[in-house]
Amino acid sequence: MNYTIETILIGVGVFLAVLGAAFAQDSLFQAHMGVLAITLAIAFILMLRRISFAPAGPQASQSEYFDDVVRYGVIATVFWGVVGFLVGVVVALQLAFPDLNIEPFLNFGRLRPLHTSAVIFAFGGNALIATSFYVVQRTCRARLFGGSLGWFVFWGYQLFIVMAATGYLLGITQGREYAEPEWYVDLWLTIVWVAYLIAFLGTILKRKEPHIYVANWFYLSFIVTIAMLHVVNNLAVPVSFLGVKSYSLFSGVQDALTQWWYGHNAVGFFLTAGFLGMMYYFVPKQAGRPVYSYRLSIIHFWALIFMYIWAGPHHLHYTALPDWAQTLGMVFSVMLWMPSWGGMINGLMTLSGAWDKIRTDPVIRMMIIAIAFYGMSTFEGPMMSIKAVNSLSHYTEWTIGHVHSGALGWVGMITFGAVYYLVPKLWNRDGLYSLRLVNWHFWLSTLGIVIYAAVLWVAGIQQGLMWREYDSQGFLVYSFAESVKAMFPYYVLRAVGGGLYLIGGLVMAYNVYMTIRGYKRNEAPIVGSVPNLQPAE
Amino acid sequence: METYTAMRQFADSWGMVGMGLFFLGVIVFTLRPGGKRQAQEAANIPLKED
Repeated sequence: MNYTIETILIGVGVFLAVLGAAFAQDSLFQAHMGVLAITLAIAFILMLRRISFAPAGPQASQSEYFDDVVRYGVIATVFWGVVGFLVGVVVALQLAFPDLNIEPFLNFGRLRPLHTSAVIFAFGGNALIATSFYVVQRTCRARLFGGSLGWFVFWGYQLFIVMAATGYLLGITQGREYAEPEWYVDLWLTIVWVAYLIAFLGTILKRKEPHIYVANWFYLSFIVTIAMLHVVNNLAVPVSFLGVKSYSLFSGVQDALTQWWYGHNAVGFFLTAGFLGMMYYFVPKQAGRPVYSYRLSIIHFWALIFMYIWAGPHHLHYTALPDWAQTLGMVFSVMLWMPSWGGMINGLMTLSGAWDKIRTDPVIRMMIIAIAFYGMSTFEGPMMSIKAVNSLSHYTEWTIGHVHSGALGWVGMITFGAVYYLVPKLWNRDGLYSLRLVNWHFWLSTLGIVIYAAVLWVAGIQQGLMWREYDSQGFLVYSFAESVKAMFPYYVLRAVGGGLYLIGGLVMAYNVYMTIRGYKRNEAPIVGSVPNLQPAE
Repeated sequence: METYTAMRQFADSWGMVGMGLFFLGVIVFTLRPGGKRQAQEAANIPLKED
């Protein structure tokens, strides 16, 4: 196809970015617009080379599924995953060995948001966009709505990632957790997200299947809620339209609550609802049997979205936030335990009658451990939201351990499972390059998570106990620096756990690459996956 | 009345009742007699084609 208008628009974008750099009010905006101009110029040149001055060829058949964008999305997921894990290992090592802070661009304060955004938005976001496009087309039996809108969503989202990541390294941040990009990057993401909503919702509206499958409900709630959260949390007034700095519309405790209303629902709707959509499609597909209870999945959906939105205040226990709001957040967090475990049971029981697949199919094993981690972290979370527990766990490494058992265990593993399911399907291969490498990936990541989480439990509880220890005179026993020093062995072990997870990610990248290239590893089948033939007598 | 107070009062009363009833309605509707067969059909949607 000839993307003439798109190419012209990108060219105009290059020009505007250069103008933005020329008239910038501050040097950071100038540098960032320079980055934008170079990025768009590369895109412009690539597009120019694709233009052919021939009559438009036959249009792609509208009856086929739009899978090209899903293929790009899967590759982007694997790529950003490895990048995000690598930055994670680097920041973990920086905590243990502060000399690794290379000023100014690569110090901890700038790399840490780079890590969180890379894994949540670049890795997780690409996985969600790619799988949602795949799932919505198959379960609606309709081609993705909006022609090449899917391409805009994909490339627009990659541009957002590049702008966010380079901004962090330059030192541009509005200092809001998981929403660090400044106002102009936020505006761009809003445009991309609306396009995403149109493509997804449009496909649902033109579906040929009368019922909307439950996975699409989860994906849709994720898209709609993230739009709402993103817009409200980023309400801000820029100091200049050609400068990086902006001021939030809220102040004080209202601002804090807005940030954690956003922050916790980013966990609830981005990292939970979206990935549950993945679970409700890919687990039944890989297992070859329908979800255990469809009615439970409906109740799971409504209970989850009715309760999650209230849980944010548990991040602000014992702060200036009114006491009733803290208690409200705690109560809703504890209630969330029920729908979460309902969903976990539903996912696990999908295998009832086919439990042998856990032994014989490493991909199913990956999905099942993901659901098990979903259950574990949705038990740990409500427990930590109880005020008495939180007074020990808050601000300690325990919180980081909890986040990672959810992120590495649930989000990461279910994504790996979906990637391993999708790659042979999308590139028409008989199967993966190697199932044994999937097994290696499984054990490397599982071991990595277990080390990571267990080490940070110990570290966090020790930290919490050191901070609250008084002597008989009523003085604190430990200075803060002493509690920092005591963390050293745990920080080293955490980097080891993260390192194992990173190696697992590299194994996956290799396996995916070889599958796409069409190779098949000559290896013994997984034990039990082929029936044991009895020799004839 | 101040806008905040008015909205707050609505949220505390009818808003909450409305959302609670909607939620209960969803559960009752999902578990209604005869819903099981429909649910089983819906559960098979992903398995119908590749």
